[in-house]
Amino acid sequence: MKYIDEFQDPELARRLLDDIHATVTRPWALMEVCGGQTHSIIRHGIDQLLPEQLELIHGPGCPVCVTPLEVIDKALEIASRPEVIFCSFGDMLRVPGTGRDLFQVRGEGGDVRVVYSPLDALRIAQQNPDREVVFFGIGFETTAPPNAMTVHQARKLGVRNFSMLVSHVRVPPAIEAIMSSPSCRVQGFLAAGHVCSVMGVEEYPELAERFRVPIVVTGFEPLDILEGVRRAVRQLERGEHTVDNAYARAVRPEGNPAARAMLEDVFEVTDRAWRGIGVIPGSGWRLSSKYRDHDAEHRFPVDGIRTEEPAECRSGEVLQGLLKPHECEAFGTLCTPRTPLGATMVSSEGACAAYYLYRRLDMPATKTREATPVV
Amino acid sequence: MCLAVPGRVLDIEDRDGTRMATVDFGGVVKEVCLEYLPDLQVGEYAIVHVGFALQRLDEESARQTLELFAELGMLQEEFGDAWEMAAAEAGTDPLEEVHNQ
Repeated sequence: MKYIDEFQDPELARRLLDDIHATVTRPWALMEVCGGQTHSIIRHGIDQLLPEQLELIHGPGCPVCVTPLEVIDKALEIASRPEVIFCSFGDMLRVPGTGRDLFQVRGEGGDVRVVYSPLDALRIAQQNPDREVVFFGIGFETTAPPNAMTVHQARKLGVRNFSMLVSHVRVPPAIEAIMSSPSCRVQGFLAAGHVCSVMGVEEYPELAERFRVPIVVTGFEPLDILEGVRRAVRQLERGEHTVDNAYARAVRPEGNPAARAMLEDVFEVTDRAWRGIGVIPGSGWRLSSKYRDHDAEHRFPVDGIRTEEPAECRSGEVLQGLLKPHECEAFGTLCTPRTPLGATMVSSEGACAAYYLYRRLDMPATKTREATPVV
Repeated sequence: MCLAVPGRVLDIEDRDGTRMATVDFGGVVKEVCLEYLPDLQVGEYAIVHVGFALQRLDEESARQTLELFAELGMLQEEFGDAWEMAAAEAGTDPLEEVHNQ
């Protein structure tokens, strides 16, 4: 348990918390969409400072966690090829595919490299014209513009030995899927701040109206999260359901128009499977046909790879807010960050890893729920 | 993964027709692409994600965020050696220490 005096501005944190406590008169359940927010909430014990009636449900907003096993297996297959230099963000190294991960592929002789930026991978391709350089392009709307620009540059500069294995995901269709589930308990959303820095807020009013849920664009720092929660519960108590921006210092209503234009050019919307959840219609981006020459799935024979998700990991229920990590039988015993059953335990932004790291091992299971999948 | 870190633009140059900057993140200096914020100027702050400036930020909130990230070790997570971190995770459980405290 963390204490309020560890906040950057304890006085402001106290005022926000007092306001939230004074506002809440009934039980409410809010979902924070983004894994970075989940991490921050558990790290600072924010959920434990909130009124007992107010529950935070941890959403599916960790791109590492939701990248489907099948895509990981394709990455492992490509990375094992002798002609390939496989470049990835560091987060993906330890995500388990079927039987192994990228870290092990390198141990077996694969040329796996970690890059800070996709542009680093493009540079590696320019420096190694006799090798095939593949970048693992995963992430939400925040990460998609950098990856889009990199593919655009590869085409413009004629870097023919550069390709990307793309598994991008989009937040609004995930919100729609969560709200459409018969077992949905979510009554309001904290939308992911940096996703909205790129995309703006235009995609959300229709969702807020259709499902009658408040959607509050929220940042990642503890005070940002308290402010997002405060604005969401005020709406709930008043029976309102609008889109509100509590992260205006980094989010403009129109987002970043140049980035959005590049996304339109390089990607097209596609159905996408989410690890542990299943296929959500229209929830992903793939490279558009114009960029097919730079599509790793087109360049390498990985079409035949079909992987079923294992049954023992309940991360799908965790990702949908149907189960808290510590309520899973395997949590902290069969499943730890060293021996993860699923990606929610391996990624530092995954809800299970956050609970494990910040000592939620011995918390009592508070609620039991019907676990019905979203799709 | 979606962490975007505020940084201050130190200088700007054109490289292969692409607008690039060197950006200071509280002591760590990185190359950053400015194609999505082409009018960003030297001395200004922006939030940067995987080597791309995505949105302007005012100096005060940028500074506060950087201080907080440094305090929480999040800059190390973002800019540190991913192989070392992965090796630590694969070999010994870095969390055991936390739990044994």
